[in-house]
Amino acid sequence: MKARVHVMLKNGVLDPQGEAVRHALGAMGFDGVKGVRQGKVIELDLADDATQADVEAMCDRLLANTVIESYSVEMV
Amino acid sequence: MHAAVVVFPGSNCDRDLAVAFKAAGAKVSMVWHKDTALPEGVDIVGVPGGFSYGDYLRCGAIAANSPICREVATHAERGGYVLGVCNGFQVLTETGLLPGALLRNAGLKYICKTVGLKVATSDSDFTSGYDAGAVIDIPIAHHDGNYFTDPDTIAALHAQDRVAFTYTDNPNGAQADIAGILSANRRVLGMMPHPERAADAGHGGTDGAALFRALAGSLVTA
Repeated sequence: MKARVHVMLKNGVLDPQGEAVRHALGAMGFDGVKGVRQGKVIELDLADDATQADVEAMCDRLLANTVIESYSVEMV
Repeated sequence: MHAAVVVFPGSNCDRDLAVAFKAAGAKVSMVWHKDTALPEGVDIVGVPGGFSYGDYLRCGAIAANSPICREVATHAERGGYVLGVCNGFQVLTETGLLPGALLRNAGLKYICKTVGLKVATSDSDFTSGYDAGAVIDIPIAHHDGNYFTDPDTIAALHAQDRVAFTYTDNPNGAQADIAGILSANRRVLGMMPHPERAADAGHGGTDGAALFRALAGSLVTA
């Protein structure tokens, strides 16, 4: 069983890296990019009996900092 | 005063912190991240600056879940003192001993320079050696020092006089210019600037030494 975790800065938390990417895209001539948010994807290789709740516990305790980040879990 | 300084793989201010504690008269023990107990009789734990675990995942996140950090949390919950500097502040927010988080600097650049800090409160055993409102010169050296928390927490920090230091010229986008905060019991201090790098005349400034002297004056070993 595998899980894919997406971690993003919460809305309202400044993402200076995303802003820098947006500026770079504009400078390269890609017009119309209104916003860029940068996050991370974490892939987990799990035991067969692992549940979504197990992965959410991992997110709450380590993989995401819920003060500033939100996450979503995809079991694949 | 008996101080323990935690050493993580990637810490690089651990010995500077130990030297500053010793100069103030402390007995210092170094503790390794895999240790499962603090030495007997430790009054204060120093969590140093650096790049614990290579800043992997998030600054301080892996360190916050290391064996020694469970002991540091227990020490703090018993009313023990903790000083977290730079990466140490990031570790303390990740453990939940202090509220908020440290984001990437708003200007995206790593900043290494001496900055002006206003002592926002002298009501703590860390800051009692300064006059409230005094401006001191302390170096910063960080990429992720942009203090962030929700508006209610900012209001609570102000209402409870728990902001220890603010920047006179905000270098990193930190909310409310916050450079350092205290826990509710005022015995845990996290700060991005490095007082241990301004503790000896050879550093080019000694404005940080009063913090360690104040601690030594309060935490007299019985």
